[in-house]
This record gives sequence, C-alpha cells and structure tokens, in this order.
Amino acid sequence: MIATRGLTKRYGRVVAVRDVDLAVGAGDRFGLLGPNGSGKTTLVRMLLGLVFATSGEIEVMGRPIPRRTGEVLPRVGAMVEGPGAYGHLSGRANLALLDASGPGRGTRRTRRRRVGEALERVGLGGVDDRPVKAYSLGMRQRLGLAAALLHEPELLILDEPTNGLDPRGIREIRDLLRALNEDGTTILLCSHLLGEVEELCTRVGVMDRGRLVLQRDMSDVRALTGRVELRTPDAARVVALLDGRVEHRDGDLLLVRAADAAELNARLVADGLRVTEIRPQRRTLEEVVLSLTGASADRFDRPGAAADARAGTDARADADRTAGELT
Amino acid sequence: MIRTELVKMLRRPRTWVSLMLLCGLPGLVAAFLGVTKVAPPAGQGPAFLSAVLSNGTLYPAAALAMVLPLFLPVSVAVVGGDSVAGEAGSGMLRYLLLRPVGRTRLLVAKLAALVGFVLLAVVAVTLSSYAIGIAVFGAKPASAVTGASLVTSMSGTGLTTPQVLLRLACAMLYVGVSMLGVGAIALFLSTVTDSALGAALGALAALVTSQILVSLDAAAAVHPYLPTRYWLAWIDFFRAPVLWHDIQRGLALQAVYVAVFLAAAWANFATRDITN
Repeated sequence: MIATRGLTKRYGRVVAVRDVDLAVGAGDRFGLLGPNGSGKTTLVRMLLGLVFATSGEIEVMGRPIPRRTGEVLPRVGAMVEGPGAYGHLSGRANLALLDASGPGRGTRRTRRRRVGEALERVGLGGVDDRPVKAYSLGMRQRLGLAAALLHEPELLILDEPTNGLDPRGIREIRDLLRALNEDGTTILLCSHLLGEVEELCTRVGVMDRGRLVLQRDMSDVRALTGRVELRTPDAARVVALLDGRVEHRDGDLLLVRAADAAELNARLVADGLRVTEIRPQRRTLEEVVLSLTGASADRFDRPGAAADARAGTDARADADRTAGELT
Repeated sequence: MIRTELVKMLRRPRTWVSLMLLCGLPGLVAAFLGVTKVAPPAGQGPAFLSAVLSNGTLYPAAALAMVLPLFLPVSVAVVGGDSVAGEAGSGMLRYLLLRPVGRTRLLVAKLAALVGFVLLAVVAVTLSSYAIGIAVFGAKPASAVTGASLVTSMSGTGLTTPQVLLRLACAMLYVGVSMLGVGAIALFLSTVTDSALGAALGALAALVTSQILVSLDAAAAVHPYLPTRYWLAWIDFFRAPVLWHDIQRGLALQAVYVAVFLAAAWANFATRDITN
C-alpha cells in the first residue's frame, strides 16, 4: 500500500526525516510511534504530497508520489495534525463545501447522504447547525475524522486522531477504525500514545530523530521474554525451591526464568505453595519504544541538569536490556 | 472549484461587512451634502462632488472617486491576503490539497473569487450610490444649462443620461480592473506567508509606497510603472471626447502586474512545502 525507499527530508541544516524505508501492506493497521519531533508528521506529509522529499522515493498504491498525487489522493482519507474547518460554518456545511471542492465520486446528488453517513459514523449524526467555532475539541476531532471518511477511502492516514477525546470517545474511535479495517481499509496511525497503538495496531514502526528504527509485526514486538511473573504469599519458600531461577523479588511478586508458566504453576502447587497470580511475561510496547528512542525533541535540558535526569536511567536500563533482546 | 470559492466568499460575514462599509461612506457624504447643500468648490475635494448637487445621476462617479484611493484597495488587499494564508490559518489548506484540489487550480479559483469580490464591491458601490444620488439630489438638474436632460461632463459639454450610464459602467469596470494589481500582489504574498494579516499589510505597504511615489516629482522616471499611476484615468471616461491614452496604459499596466504576480504566486505555491 505504501512503500518508501531512502526517504529523506532536510529543512536547511536540520534533517527531519533520514533514509526511511517504510512498508505498509494492504489491510494493515500500522502504528507509527515516536517522540514529539521525531519526524512522524513530516513523513506523513511527504506520503500525501504536501511536503516534497529532498531525496528518496515514495509509492502509494503503486503510484509514485508526488508525481501522481492526483490519482492517489481521491482514494485516501487523511487527518494531519488536527482537524481543519471554517469556524463560521456548521460541521455539515464544512463537509459539503470540502466535498464540492474536489473531483471524483463526490457527485452532488449523493453529497447530502454521504455527509450524513460520515457524521453518523463518527458519532455526530445528530449535530445541530451551530458553527464549528462553538464545537468542543472532541467534536472538532470527530468532524476531522468524518472529513477523512467522506469518500470511503481505501487507505486512512491519521495523525493523532484521538487528540482531545475523552476515554469513551477514544474507545469509540478505536472500534470504528477496527470496523473500517475489517471492511478492507488500510490504516496508518501516527501517535505518541503507546496504549492507543498497542490496542489497535497489527504492525508497528518506531521513529527516532528522523530515522525509522523499528518496523515489526506487533506480535513479534510483544514476544514472550522467557520469564514468568508470579505473585505468591509464600515468596520466601518459592525462592528457596526454585533456587537461582528467581531473577527479581519485590515483596510477594517474583520474576522467574521459566519457559512454561503452566509447568511452573504445577510444580509450585505440587509442593504445596500457593499462587495468587501467574502469567508469562511479555515485552511491553513502552519498553521497546523507550529503549529505541532518545529524549523528546521538545525537551531541552540545562547542561547541569543531567544528574536530575539520571533518576530515569534505571527504567532506561531495563528497557535497554529489552532492546538488546529484540535486535 | 471556482464556484465553491465564490460561494465560500459570499458566505463569509466579512465580505458583507466590508461591502456595507464601502457603500456606507458615499451614503454618509450624501447625507451631509443633502442636509447642508454646501458643495466643495469645483476642482477641490473628490472628483464630481461639486457637480452632484445639481444632478444625482453623477453621484456614483463621485462615490467611486471617494472609495477608490483607500477603502476599496484596503478591502481588496484584505480579501487577497486572506485567500491562501487564511486557508492555511484555519487548517483547511492541507485538507483542500488532500481532497485533492490541484495547487494551480486552487490559485486560479482564489483569483476568480477575488475578481468576483472586486466586481461585487464596485457594482454595490455604484448601485447604492446611484440610488442615494437620485434620492438625495434628484435626477433632474436643479439648474439646467442647455436642456433638461443634460449634465455637464468634465470638459464642459453636455451628456445625456444614457451616455452618463454607459460611461459610468465603463468607469466601474476600469476601477475594478485597477484593483486587480493590488489583488495579485496580495495573493502572491498570501502564498508566501501563513499570516493573512501579514499578506494584507504587505500589499497595503506596496500600495502606499506607490501612491507616495506617484505624488513625488523626483520619482517621475518610475511613474509609468507604478500600479496606482493610472488609477484616476477612469475620470477620462467622463470627458468629451473620451481620452483613451491613460485608460489604455492603465489597463495594460494592471494586466502586467496581474501576470507577473500571479506567475510568482504560482511558482512559489506549486513548489512549497505545506507545513502549517
């Protein structure tokens, strides 16, 4: 669906995107993660022909961008860096105007119906004629999504789509995206919210300082670590029994090196040890991302502040271990 | 796309407010003149104003003379400056381009909407001031010189009412065309910056500079190339016979300004990264 080769964008001396080879397959739910300023938005803008690459190639739906943008964009729905709307018009009028501006399937006859459907899908079906400037942040966000859905796109590119939504709204949007994906829409989701990507995406890319440092299936990323997390009131006796296989103990919470949780459980129970909780440990997306990415580009520490930041290095050390295993 | 842009312009409250202001100034002047009957001496004050007390049909010409130097170009600069930068500001520029609307197409549509606004403004000023003129000063000359249906042209010979109307229409179009140079400058600046206000101010700066230089004898060498140099040439439509020289030069000059700045706007916009 999307393929880039050696994609690079320079703004003067700053390299915003460096040598990115992105591959999004048809039917994927691709999550693009990365700290603020890591180049996600610039990358997305290049995919859509808004920003011109310094070097490298882009293909979307098998056609080169930006040369054939006009053929590709009618089949793409997008929301880039927040929704846009004319504040003095109603949401419905905004969508109708946007629809009338462009070519393609947007014939006038079906406009009213399609606008109504798009609003219905994002939960604005009953919205009145108040102007968009009176909308809440969440309503604007939903309107932006409706605009992206207006032409039943085959590819949906969304940059921070749940910005400004409450937890229930986030859940609704996630369900909506999942339903669209099941109907065949490929989704590219940019976010710095790990949870959102972890819940929704089947494939994940991580950007850091302009580079695409990871591109994997979510199931690979969230692979088993070969350890089991165990909670037991008999922690001391378990440590004694397993002798050396316990890697870490925190009160009654143990981390045990063991390939099979069921087998471990059976053995403990056979010895009369009580188990409150047991589960195989998985890498979290958070660990992976933190291990692969540097500080946010919106953070500027004083030179002397390095010591203050060191408190965070313990967590980083854990994460680094994870990264070592992953690569 | 052009139609959508026109609709968009017409649905803007700002369009109507600026039209009301444009029509309001001649109305205000007419009210004062009608009440006091004190006409400015011939040759002073806005053109034609001394003549309108005797005949209201000439009032649209006086109204055009009033709004031309400042009001009309300011509103054109504001609309032109807003055309692309305003879309960028509301975040709609990227969604229009993603719709997709080709960049050249968008620019042409914006220019069309700007021309639409100029024509609307000139027509609105002319019609409203014609109505005001008839209402306040009457269509019949109060002091007829050589016949009931004659008004005095700038050259002193008489013009019949149909002649006045025809010449008025020509003057109206000429004033409209005169605004396009400023409009094109504003449109170009609008593609350079994301600030609608900045683009409008830039166009106004060009306008003021031009008007100051036109009044400066030391700058006589560049006078023929200044966008405001031939703005007052529409008065020549009311001479008998019509003096075509300045009118033709004015039209050609505006055409050159539009061509140059539209090309610059296109070259800039078509290759620009949209990062707003």
